[in-house]
Amino acid sequence: MANFSSNQFKNGMKVMIDGDPCSMVDVEFVKPGKGQAFTRVKLRNLMSGRIWERTFKSGESVEAADVMDTTMEYSYYDGELWYFMDPNTFEQVGADENAVSEAKPWLKEQDSVTVTLFNGNPIAVTPPNFVELEVVETDPGLKGDTAQGGSKPATLATGAVVRVPLFINQGEVLKIDTRTGEYVSRA
Amino acid sequence: MSNWQPTASMDALRKRAEMFAYVRHFFAKRDVMEVDTPVMSHCAVSDPFIDSIEVQYHPAMGGEPSTLYLQTSPEYAMKRLLSAGSGAIYQMSKVFRNGEYGHRHNPEFTMLEWYQPGYDEQQLMDEVEALVGPLLGVEQIERVTYSDLFQRYLGFRPELVDIRYLKNEALNHIDIELEDNDPDTWLNLLITHVIEPQLKRLPAVFVTEYPASQAALAKVRVNANGNKVAARFELFVNGIELANGYHELTDFREQQRRLDLDQSQREKLGLPLRPLDQRLVDALEHGMPDCAGVALGIDRLLMLSNSAVSIAEVMPFDHTRA
Repeated sequence: MANFSSNQFKNGMKVMIDGDPCSMVDVEFVKPGKGQAFTRVKLRNLMSGRIWERTFKSGESVEAADVMDTTMEYSYYDGELWYFMDPNTFEQVGADENAVSEAKPWLKEQDSVTVTLFNGNPIAVTPPNFVELEVVETDPGLKGDTAQGGSKPATLATGAVVRVPLFINQGEVLKIDTRTGEYVSRA
Repeated sequence: MSNWQPTASMDALRKRAEMFAYVRHFFAKRDVMEVDTPVMSHCAVSDPFIDSIEVQYHPAMGGEPSTLYLQTSPEYAMKRLLSAGSGAIYQMSKVFRNGEYGHRHNPEFTMLEWYQPGYDEQQLMDEVEALVGPLLGVEQIERVTYSDLFQRYLGFRPELVDIRYLKNEALNHIDIELEDNDPDTWLNLLITHVIEPQLKRLPAVFVTEYPASQAALAKVRVNANGNKVAARFELFVNGIELANGYHELTDFREQQRRLDLDQSQREKLGLPLRPLDQRLVDALEHGMPDCAGVALGIDRLLMLSNSAVSIAEVMPFDHTRA
């Protein structure tokens, strides 16, 4: 793989640190008026999810990580792995619990997600920012109660439980923000 | 579509224009003369960690080009004016530094620099306070020595520890792979990585009495505790380095020695060796009045007064759109 020099660093760059692929979350040029320049980088370890800061000397180089984000369709879960398919090549990859942990509550079959591959293996699955899911269980909706506040839990088709307004009924399809896990609107 | 639009809002640009007017009015009232020294010079700054931008000057079409250097601060030229009898002077101009680009850095930026004959650094700090206080909404700015600053935020005094201690202390706080036997490198890392973030909680603070090894062009004297310190101060506002001032070195022999020292450090580090400004030494030999001087980043001052996150938000076009 190629190397990146500290002066090329930018947000989103994927590099190998201590044997693990890491993504640059924030890159800051640090230089006191009279002192040496450094680059301080906030990194996310893509295997463990740990976020920390590391400082690089000016001109220090780091190995690039063979990490690729690809759009894939969620196919099925076989009790052990979650399978995703490349819609162009129909190739399938199986991701483990660790890789799907954040996406799991929002995975609906045939939905498109971003699968992060490291040396061809899925290490992270990111759902779209918004998903549309059906309510499979909630208390009956309250008629005319559209203006007042108040909320109740609703179980969605994927098993996720979200707070929804009181007027929502079983069988309705809702738009959910996966980043916050919050109800947005009726779909 | 190209990124043709400005990086600053029109409101930020209006505030920038108001700042220029405010600064000029401030110095006019105090009878400090505005000067504009050349941006291009035959000589470059000596500081090892400030990289001048080179430009090629062609005397005529096809003539032998010569290398000139864009000023990284107007310091040398202004000191030559002081030596020639200018009296108090200020300059607000573009300066250029190679490779400096980030949230708080742009390779060209606007520096305000001024010199007051007869002042020491305490009197000059008073004047800096009078200039920036009203803009930042602070009345009095705390003054802390470099040693006290380390004692307060890290629990040790830099003049009492060796390099091994400094390195361990830095590596306790900072994840970095670095071999460096210069104590100042580790002190600077502790300042930028550990102390500056804690200074964010303070509205403003002057740090005084820098280690003698970081004197740059400040006088070195012995402080109340018997330690050699630089008559240098820096102003930090919300953890951002805003100004750097000295009770200026006037001894031409010492000036020559420091230029040579910088040059030999450049050689040791494999950094470019550039022509030293002998005219500065000659001017000091002729006689520069005892004075204090300070350089202040106008763009950073605007960032602070506008609560901007990035320096690009206060300049018409940042480096990427220039």
